[in-house]
Amino acid sequence: MKYIDEFRDGALARQIAARIAAEADPSRAYHFMEFCGGHTHAIARYGIPDLLPPNLRLIHGPGCPVCVLPIGRIDLAIRLALEQGVILCTYGDTMRVPASQQLSLLKAKARGADIRMVYSAADALELARQLPEREVVFFAIGFETTTPPTALVLHDASRTGVRNFSVLCCHVLTPSAITHILESPEVRQFGTVPIDGFIGPAHVSIVIGSAPYEHFAQEYRKPVVIAGFEPLDVLQGIAMLVRQVNEGRAEVENEFTRAVSREGNLTAQALVSRVFELRPSFEWRGLGEVPYSALKIRPAYAEFDAERRFGLGYRSVPDNKACECGAILRGVKQPSDCKIFGTVCTPENPIGSCMVSSEGACAAHYTYGRFRSIPIVAAEAVELSA
Amino acid sequence: MNTDPDLSLANPTESATALGSERKPYIRPLDLRHGRIDMGHGSGGKAAAQLIDELFLAAFDNPWLRQGDDGARLALPGWHPTQGRLVMACDGHVVSPLFFPGGDLGSLAVHGTVNDVAMMGAQPLYLSASFIIEEGFALAELRRIVQSMAAAARAAGVAVVCGDTKVVEQGKGDGVFISTTGVGVLAPGVEISGRNAQAGDAILLSGCVGDHGVAVLSQRESLAFETTIESDSAALHTLVAAMLAAVASAPADLRTLRDPTRGGLATTLNEIARQSGVGMTLQEAAIPVRQQVNAACELLGLDPLYVANEGKLIAICAPAVADRLLAVMRAHPLGQEAARIGTVTADVHRFVQMETGFGGRRVLDWLSAEQLPRIC
Repeated sequence: MKYIDEFRDGALARQIAARIAAEADPSRAYHFMEFCGGHTHAIARYGIPDLLPPNLRLIHGPGCPVCVLPIGRIDLAIRLALEQGVILCTYGDTMRVPASQQLSLLKAKARGADIRMVYSAADALELARQLPEREVVFFAIGFETTTPPTALVLHDASRTGVRNFSVLCCHVLTPSAITHILESPEVRQFGTVPIDGFIGPAHVSIVIGSAPYEHFAQEYRKPVVIAGFEPLDVLQGIAMLVRQVNEGRAEVENEFTRAVSREGNLTAQALVSRVFELRPSFEWRGLGEVPYSALKIRPAYAEFDAERRFGLGYRSVPDNKACECGAILRGVKQPSDCKIFGTVCTPENPIGSCMVSSEGACAAHYTYGRFRSIPIVAAEAVELSA
Repeated sequence: MNTDPDLSLANPTESATALGSERKPYIRPLDLRHGRIDMGHGSGGKAAAQLIDELFLAAFDNPWLRQGDDGARLALPGWHPTQGRLVMACDGHVVSPLFFPGGDLGSLAVHGTVNDVAMMGAQPLYLSASFIIEEGFALAELRRIVQSMAAAARAAGVAVVCGDTKVVEQGKGDGVFISTTGVGVLAPGVEISGRNAQAGDAILLSGCVGDHGVAVLSQRESLAFETTIESDSAALHTLVAAMLAAVASAPADLRTLRDPTRGGLATTLNEIARQSGVGMTLQEAAIPVRQQVNAACELLGLDPLYVANEGKLIAICAPAVADRLLAVMRAHPLGQEAARIGTVTADVHRFVQMETGFGGRRVLDWLSAEQLPRIC
């Protein structure tokens, strides 16, 4: 595939890996957090840790939109579909997120709820137009990447007067989550999570630009390198982070210049702020309540707000006690530190949210990274000399 | 090498312990009290395998079913196994949309079952067909499907020899469902099974993966995208016959044949790894995937190695015959893009691993439920 294969070139990968190995100081450790699920996925899918020196560890951050969705929010969606008889439209990978009473959207569907997987918010609005006698609710989740399309359909529904469409808004904000991690006691005081730098979001940054990260670099003295989701992007981003750490710099650098500018997509930003406003607080799975970390629908669009329309009250539901998703999302623990990882909690029977989406730290580790110690026949040796 | 137990009528219980000694691959048993069927149980992945093991196999338990292959090898009363045996296989077909580039429900209903018989190494001869049709279904469409089915059967040299028709009320079926059963004959000495793979064996694939799944997805109402990809739906028995002829002097060198339908290449290889108690190592760069399939999967957040095929086969063979088999496959119209994609390994964990084109490696696990597109 043109414009794709260039970013998955194994020979180039070995060159960058050799450069990282040559530049990394063997007397110290490097801990970098990739915030985005897209990065986690690429790291696992292409086996990037095999190309890195042993003193460089990647910490999977909370950037998997499905993983940070709290149980209470899924419960709201299930209630809407089962009790209010609406057609609930949702992105595919929310279908299996475990909710209360051993339900999930997939299982609610098997109990008769009308739940439909859509590929875009626009498909949900189109469905509402086709079925004017039914209430259609779009279960809107995701970071800044999926927010503008939701804003667009809300605006469109309002402009064209669609009466049977609403949105259950669960959109969250990346910078607030990063701040929350940096402010968490483990990172700030105890130093149990030594994060030396961040691989900054790819698609999120296309929308919000690189400017919002400048604050972290300055305030917390952490380098940020915005990198694309292709495996060479990730490796190059890591190489740039190693260099910043070695040189004692803490700057925002942009590896993903082919798509990300400093200001981002101003049209999308304007549309989002027209339709949405900040929520004073929002519960994240694994992080708890995070102030000003999510969006809600502005009063001008109130009739399209499913929470108002159906009088939904939010009820927080604690995670399974044995589940370490919270600590894993904050980078305090690794998937393999969790007692139920791979035993009770597997992709077929996810207990915690990190096991649900292939972008989740646990699912990625379970699917791609488990049992790395098993020798593999005819594996090509990675050249570590420059 | 014949690891199959003797399945003559006189002694049907000999194999009953073989599967029982395997490690249980499921964390939790099926919730038979409160659970319900969800779409994952039909995906061909682990949820489907668990349903079969814990409900169907438990209830029907017999040594033929326990083989875990695509069909059953049946001895005939009064026949000695050297006179040949019967193979029987069945397949239900429920595709949406009913017509897609490169095929339709009718041709699929023939190819799916013919291939299940062929993957046992048998020559398919007869089919039965059972139609469940929804009230209100247009006769013109039904005729299109049936004529396509007849044409596919003629081309494959099999006769549809019996059938059944049921009509269900509107809303209680999705247009039309077709179940077919196939019967074929197995030549003496041919013992193809998913249980035969051994460490060191070569893994061959007859062509590009993912064509069928992407062709069908491209026609879904909510998705309709333009592509020239056609389903690979085809009857593979002549390809199998050519392969068997190539190893006629030592038929046991061809260990396993399997068509990677639902769940795709990755799930099918996991099935074989589990059945044979082995691991596998694949080379990603060697697996043929059409550029358009790759592009569509990239767009939809799917992995082509988990996307369905209807006209491809996986062959596992002794390394000594790999090149010969590959040459025979490439000389056949349905195997021109055949490739050697990996090696069977000794691995108590039965992992299917892959060296990525990028230089790392990953575990290719079972599809756990339906493949769901990633959000970003």
